[in-house]
Amino acid sequence: MSQLEIKDLHVSIGEKPIVKGLTLTVRSGEVHAIMGPNGTGKSTLAKAVAGHPSYTITSGDVLLDGKSVLPMQPDERARAGLFLAFQYPSEIPGVSIANFLRAAIQARLGEGEELDATGYYKRLYSKMDLLQIDRKFTSRAINDGFSGGEKKRCEILQMAMLEPKFALMDETDSGLDIDALRIVADGVNALRSTNLGVLMITHYQRLLGYIVPDHVHVMWDGRIVKSGDKSLALELEAKGYDWVKNELVPA
Amino acid sequence: MSAVASVPAGVLDVALQSAETAAFRAQDWFAVLRQQGWHAFQSLPMPTRDNEKWRFSDARTLSLDGYAPAPAPTPAQAADLIARSRLISDAAGLIVHVDGHCVLKPTLSAELVAQGVVFESLEDAVRARPALLQEHLLKHPVLLGGDKFAALHRAWLRAGYVLHVPKGVEVKQPFVSVTWTLTDGVAVFPHALIIAGERATADIHDFHLSAKADQRALAISAVDIHAGTGSQVRRLAVQAWGSATQSFQIDNTCGGRDAVISSVNAAVGSRRARLENTVRIDGPGADVSLYGISVASGEQEFDQRTLQVHAAGHAKSDLLFKNALLGKARTIFSGLIKVAPDAQRTDAYQTNRNLLLSPDAEADSLPGLEIEANDVKCSHGATTGQIDPAELFYLRARGIPLAVAQELLAQGFLEEVLAKVGHEEAAAAVREMLRLKFHQA
Ligand SMILES: Nc1ncnc2c1ncn2[C@@H]1O[C@H](COP(=O)(O)OP(=O)(O)OP(=O)(O)O)[C@@H](O)[C@H]1O
Ligand SMILES: [Mg+2]
Repeated sequence: MSQLEIKDLHVSIGEKPIVKGLTLTVRSGEVHAIMGPNGTGKSTLAKAVAGHPSYTITSGDVLLDGKSVLPMQPDERARAGLFLAFQYPSEIPGVSIANFLRAAIQARLGEGEELDATGYYKRLYSKMDLLQIDRKFTSRAINDGFSGGEKKRCEILQMAMLEPKFALMDETDSGLDIDALRIVADGVNALRSTNLGVLMITHYQRLLGYIVPDHVHVMWDGRIVKSGDKSLALELEAKGYDWVKNELVPA
Repeated sequence: MSAVASVPAGVLDVALQSAETAAFRAQDWFAVLRQQGWHAFQSLPMPTRDNEKWRFSDARTLSLDGYAPAPAPTPAQAADLIARSRLISDAAGLIVHVDGHCVLKPTLSAELVAQGVVFESLEDAVRARPALLQEHLLKHPVLLGGDKFAALHRAWLRAGYVLHVPKGVEVKQPFVSVTWTLTDGVAVFPHALIIAGERATADIHDFHLSAKADQRALAISAVDIHAGTGSQVRRLAVQAWGSATQSFQIDNTCGGRDAVISSVNAAVGSRRARLENTVRIDGPGADVSLYGISVASGEQEFDQRTLQVHAAGHAKSDLLFKNALLGKARTIFSGLIKVAPDAQRTDAYQTNRNLLLSPDAEADSLPGLEIEANDVKCSHGATTGQIDPAELFYLRARGIPLAVAQELLAQGFLEEVLAKVGHEEAAAAVREMLRLKFHQA
């Protein structure tokens, strides 16, 4: 059993505070949804936890199984078990998905340990089949010329290959049509059953029909202003962000 | 350093040069050509930095002293290097030189021989095919500033090969030439004369290698490509001389009507390496692609000068040179597109991209256009930048350590050009040479 604790986290971009005291604990196998209007700091939270160098953590802590990840480089955090599914995945010309994932897996092996290429491709292909990604994509450059939906599926493929303890999924549902959404949700649910913990950032109730959250949090101006179970997502959808603004945000 | 004795008499030695030339007494025209080279060399000044064609290059440290031709290698040395030359398994023919001596002559299939394909050492061709050579050998003017070096090349001309693919003959497998330096301080002057007849197809892989990683040598190479009407010529040239080498490469290509020409110049070796690459389009409909790729490290200087001359209209040329720089390396790219007054409907492009992987590396770029026709599409562009931090974070967020991520991104940057090699095994060999540079740096 693992846990990811975000404790009174404050994050700034430059001088500007974006995340303003956010506390949240995710345990293995749990799915937490974070919903909130544009610009409220959801992506900032996710990237800061993943170790993005442009975001300054001014106070608070992020603990993985009791150990602070803040002194760790982004790649160390990833190897420790964190995974960020990007809202806007980078396009990287010239680096094939196969080589890239290979390097990522190689980095998780001990010194002198060599990756078993046959086993690797077998696993890669089986995950691709599951996510209904054409096998030809292995030789394509990362996200280069991918459609929005292909990029998001490719993020989930990486997650499935790297088997993190916790995934921060930043609007993985946006850009997906209903079939792709179902495929992605199946993928996430399969990982969840093997104890993946998920922090899922989304704007839409739609996704939560497929990946049923244990907890829903409403974020506003860098803080969580209300938490509840999955019914909170429905309530939010019905009442809109004006409700949040007028009734939930302390004056 | 190696135990091989350095060679005493240098390439600047008049007695030595004329003694070697005397060996070609029976080929009077060739001896004359060499003598012309020698005289031109004597009269031309060494380039200096204030010469526009040498702008930015470190001309002060140019020196031709202390280099000399070397004797032929021992049979054991030759055998070892021949074994190391088998880089391309589907070669149509392989020719190997060591220190300027041909140690392996190509054997062509009976079919190619029957089709009239010629692939042989320059020395053999000088004796056997005077007419072909007198028509094509060293006929292109040297326009990019390396006249003095070209003259010395001519004065010592002997090593190299001639490839002639006659009219209508299509050869899919590559002709491979591997040229080695072995003796410290050796001077080599490899020449490649490539003639593709009308509608002929030829693929050439040229490797310039050194037996030792830190080989000291002077290498002045030249290639003359004559691509006939409707021919298709593809060439890969790999400059991977040892790290104490001064290299000068003077490449000249002429493309006839509808010729399709593609060249990739890869550079990893030498202390300093200058490439002068001139392409002249003489016939309408020609389609020329020029690619360059390098990883420069340590204190290497790669000096790239290119010229795309459109003498005929309705033709296309496209150039892309990519350099990745590590350590205190320097690259200079200076390119010019020249369009003649009546070369209407020309499409000509030129792009230079440099990736700085170290704060001490420096890349200079001097793109240029000289257009005298009015109905053309021409552009040039140059960018010099560092690794994109968003891309770097993306890779690191997957657990890939910083150094590995940087290397992956740099290789990704170069991959665009490697994809143009058009031969998997050759591309893999070059990719590996580029990769090694990241680990030596
Ligand atoms: N690099 C940056 N420099 C300056 N401000 C930034 C930067 N990145 C984000 N911001 C600002 O930080 C705030 C939070 O942005 P963030 O991307 O975290 O929001 P979000 O909740 O993910 O929004 P969305 O729902 O649109 O994805 C916004 O006001 C945004 O403009
Ligand atoms: Mg966002």
